[in-house]
Amino acid sequence: MKERQKSLFTFSKIRTIITALKSKTTRGGGSLCKIMHISLSAETLGYFFGLPITNSLVLSLLTAVLLVGGGFLVARSLQAVPGKAQSTVELIIGGFLDFMTQVLGNRKQALTFFPLVATLFLFILLSNWIGVLPGVGSIGVTHEEHGYEVFVPLFRAANADLNTTFALALIAVIAIQIYAIGKLGFFGHAGKFINVTHGPIHFFVGILELVGEFAKVVSFSFRLFGNVFAGEVLLIIMMSLLPTVASFGALPFFLLEYFVGFIQALVFAMLALVFLKVATTEVEH
Amino acid sequence: MEGEALQALAPALAIGLGGLGPAVAIGLIGAKGMEAIGRNPEAAPKIQTVMILAIAFAEAIAIYALVIALIIKFV
Repeated sequence: MKERQKSLFTFSKIRTIITALKSKTTRGGGSLCKIMHISLSAETLGYFFGLPITNSLVLSLLTAVLLVGGGFLVARSLQAVPGKAQSTVELIIGGFLDFMTQVLGNRKQALTFFPLVATLFLFILLSNWIGVLPGVGSIGVTHEEHGYEVFVPLFRAANADLNTTFALALIAVIAIQIYAIGKLGFFGHAGKFINVTHGPIHFFVGILELVGEFAKVVSFSFRLFGNVFAGEVLLIIMMSLLPTVASFGALPFFLLEYFVGFIQALVFAMLALVFLKVATTEVEH
Repeated sequence: MEGEALQALAPALAIGLGGLGPAVAIGLIGAKGMEAIGRNPEAAPKIQTVMILAIAFAEAIAIYALVIALIIKFV
């Protein structure tokens, strides 16, 4: 009777499996990369007066056109007794305003912050939902680069590009500072961070708060980017795992992506709202 | 261990260990939230809003770990 069981996977067996997998790649970094075209950064499709146009920029422009165009069309002919389109928009906007009033507790303050927060929510929501549609990530061109064949998708979710989410985070945090300075004055707001009148502990807390403001930018952008990019990677992996006849098995994951897109839009907007509320409150000692 | 084995293991460890803390945190937040709602059902909307906010903060840490794992694997 053997006292010690022989393990099924000896170390050398694992090593041979890994080298066999790696030999299939042209670039290294995992064999599935060659079959599955996952790129962390958005690919450039062309140039417009020197500015690179990426596949995620295409979709974020589409989102902006849809939102602004839809708003224009509905607001062009406002009626006292609304038709179908106007009442849908009123439902969305009124519903979100009521939600903000519930979070803040003050309708006047909700009306002040409404343009920024509702725009963030609607833009992120629509761009996340457009990014899950079929065709995004799958329609593209193949071309040679450094001797390998590279597949470049024509469309990519707008928030799957760190540039987009970083821009949204910067806008949110800078707007928070502007609203706070408008409400409290420059020295009132700066006095929260450089706090020399209340002792050394409050001074260090102020410095930490200042670092925290920069951390907010990183946290906003990476939360949104991580969720949307991970969702895209998940969908690509699911579709490459399933055979064509059973590809409807990936439907739950598409539903998950719609849900995650909604939650992330809500979280971004709510966090911006809460930070706005905290930044515009008078500080009392 | 050799470099190749470590390179295959690194993203798995990054997301596996990085998801541990946030998972426990979200469970605790949810549990305390449900306890609070059970104790005072009238305040449910307020509690729900703050609970979702806190869960978003905790989940962000798991997302940072996921981004690092994706960077290690695909870059």
